[in-house]
Amino acid sequence: MKRQTRWGLFLFITPVLLWLFLLIVLPHIDLLIMSFRTENDSGDMMWSVSNYLNFFHEPIYWLTFVRTAIYSVLVTLLTFIIALPVAFYITKVVAPRFQGFLTLLLLLPFWVSELVRVYGWMILLRESGVFNHFLLKLGILNKPIEMLYNDATMVLGLVYTSMLFMVVPLLSVMESLDNSLIEAAYDLGANMWTILFRIIIPHATPGIVSGSIVVFMLTLGNYLTPNLIGGKNSLWFTEQIYNQFIASFNWNQGAAFGFLLLFLSSIAVWLGLKLTKQSLRKVVQ
Amino acid sequence: MQIDLSVRNVTKKFQEFTAVDSVSFEVEKGRFFSILGPSGCGKTTLLRMIAGLTEPSSGTIEIRGESMIGIPPNKRPVNLIFQHLALFPMMKVGENIAFGLQRRGENKTVIKKKVQAILERVDLLGFENKKIDQLSGGQKQRVAIARCLVLEPAVLLLDEPLGALDLKLREQMKVELKKLQAKVGTTFVYITHDQSEALVMSDSVAVMNHGEFEQIDTPQNLYNKPKTPFVAQFVGDNNAWSGRVRQCNESTIEVETVDGFIFSTKVKETLQPGTEVDLFLRPEAMLIQPDPNISNLNRFEVVVKSILFDGANSQLLANPLNADTELLIALPQNRQYDYIQVNDKIEIGWDEESGICFPRK
Repeated sequence: MKRQTRWGLFLFITPVLLWLFLLIVLPHIDLLIMSFRTENDSGDMMWSVSNYLNFFHEPIYWLTFVRTAIYSVLVTLLTFIIALPVAFYITKVVAPRFQGFLTLLLLLPFWVSELVRVYGWMILLRESGVFNHFLLKLGILNKPIEMLYNDATMVLGLVYTSMLFMVVPLLSVMESLDNSLIEAAYDLGANMWTILFRIIIPHATPGIVSGSIVVFMLTLGNYLTPNLIGGKNSLWFTEQIYNQFIASFNWNQGAAFGFLLLFLSSIAVWLGLKLTKQSLRKVVQ
Repeated sequence: MQIDLSVRNVTKKFQEFTAVDSVSFEVEKGRFFSILGPSGCGKTTLLRMIAGLTEPSSGTIEIRGESMIGIPPNKRPVNLIFQHLALFPMMKVGENIAFGLQRRGENKTVIKKKVQAILERVDLLGFENKKIDQLSGGQKQRVAIARCLVLEPAVLLLDEPLGALDLKLREQMKVELKKLQAKVGTTFVYITHDQSEALVMSDSVAVMNHGEFEQIDTPQNLYNKPKTPFVAQFVGDNNAWSGRVRQCNESTIEVETVDGFIFSTKVKETLQPGTEVDLFLRPEAMLIQPDPNISNLNRFEVVVKSILFDGANSQLLANPLNADTELLIALPQNRQYDYIQVNDKIEIGWDEESGICFPRK
């Protein structure tokens, strides 16, 4: 009996371990080694931390990272501000029989690939796009304006892309919020804002934190949306990595940037958890 | 006497369904008023209308003489204790109690003093920094009461707050709640489906059924002088017997039951012979093997079907001889009746004063 369970465990865990080891651990070890190697003057490879030092010495690199991080925080915040009322409406306001339908509507756009969705936004926003067409027709504009390739539309695109990852955890925490807590607070003299900040948000904190971590990480590591909607002005850190690998063909530098992204974003998440006094264990539950 | 709560002709309709149908009542200051009814009778809806969480379709609700129509719950001088208490799990005991005071913008030292005072009153001194999930059922109950009482509401509304407790604790809390109410002197409006809670604690009880009040009276009167068949059956145990009036002279009628017994009983109103009636008889009104010398007893024989032993509430389940009607007969546990066995034939007698008769509609 005992031997059987051990064999069963082994059988099921093997593919997972293989997957983790071959596709994630092994390439990362290779990249890590690569990031500590650099070419010396005579063209030989040698151990060095210069790839990492470059990041701090060249302002363009770390400024790009700071900019990316700040925008990612902004995107996370905006996503939260939009997702909370949506989740509240679906779980508490709407009749239960419409809840499933509304959730489905929310999920529907995500059946389409991100690339297609981003191109959808581009069709709407570009100079010869749908919005400009209507604004011209209505006489609000007299010549079309370029709505793409600026920070505002890039943030819009990123918020749109990350919505789902915030709404889903919020839906599940809001579902578990007892309506009578809201009523009790109302009965005890609280107004809408007090109920929001003293009851709803504290209750929803685990969902907010896990949603925020996912949105923050996905936004920070997003390449497609900043590149397509933000264009060359977007200055997203992932583009720096891409440039090192593909344009400069400097894999060692690219690998170092990759690890810096991993390391710095982990620090950002850790800081976020510390500031909101949350433990990762509680959030993961 | 000051009237703290006055409800007049309040009706609540949910589309076609009338949950509360033209209910009126008044509660004097400092009274413990209960609304007793089966689940689904509209009592919770009525309470939520008083609290302001639901708006009535028509009628007026006045608290201390001021109309409450259109006033949101956070502006009403009433507080509601929810069925599952609705304590805020994200706050400590002290913060829960201070919540309402903070909303009023009272200053910190005053809040602290008031929280201490109310904690002392509900015997929870030193629990201020405990988390809600560290408390026992009875302690949670008291925190919920303290959280409302600290606001000194004109009326405290309680929505079956004892329902979730186990039996022993419920019995204990009943007494405690009654004592607490007497001590603080706040007007309580308590709703429950448990008749013993209502009878033990209340100064007066309204029995509610299908959205209407059947009777508002003292617990004693509800039990001894029910005004409707529903009250007779809902409050306490009762045996129901249907029959027909044979003759009527002034306050005494003779009833012939469907299974052929003839009983005489007192009535308040005169009933025409031939009227269909329901006769109600309390289990304790039926005496086992009564003394042959007592007059004015309706006597008949029953066969014991089973003995339902429940300490002081023990009863006999019996059928009258040659009939199917099931009767519950109180079985006093004074050892006098220990000889009674299942299938024994015993004589039962009841005084004509103790039967209650209603014409059938």
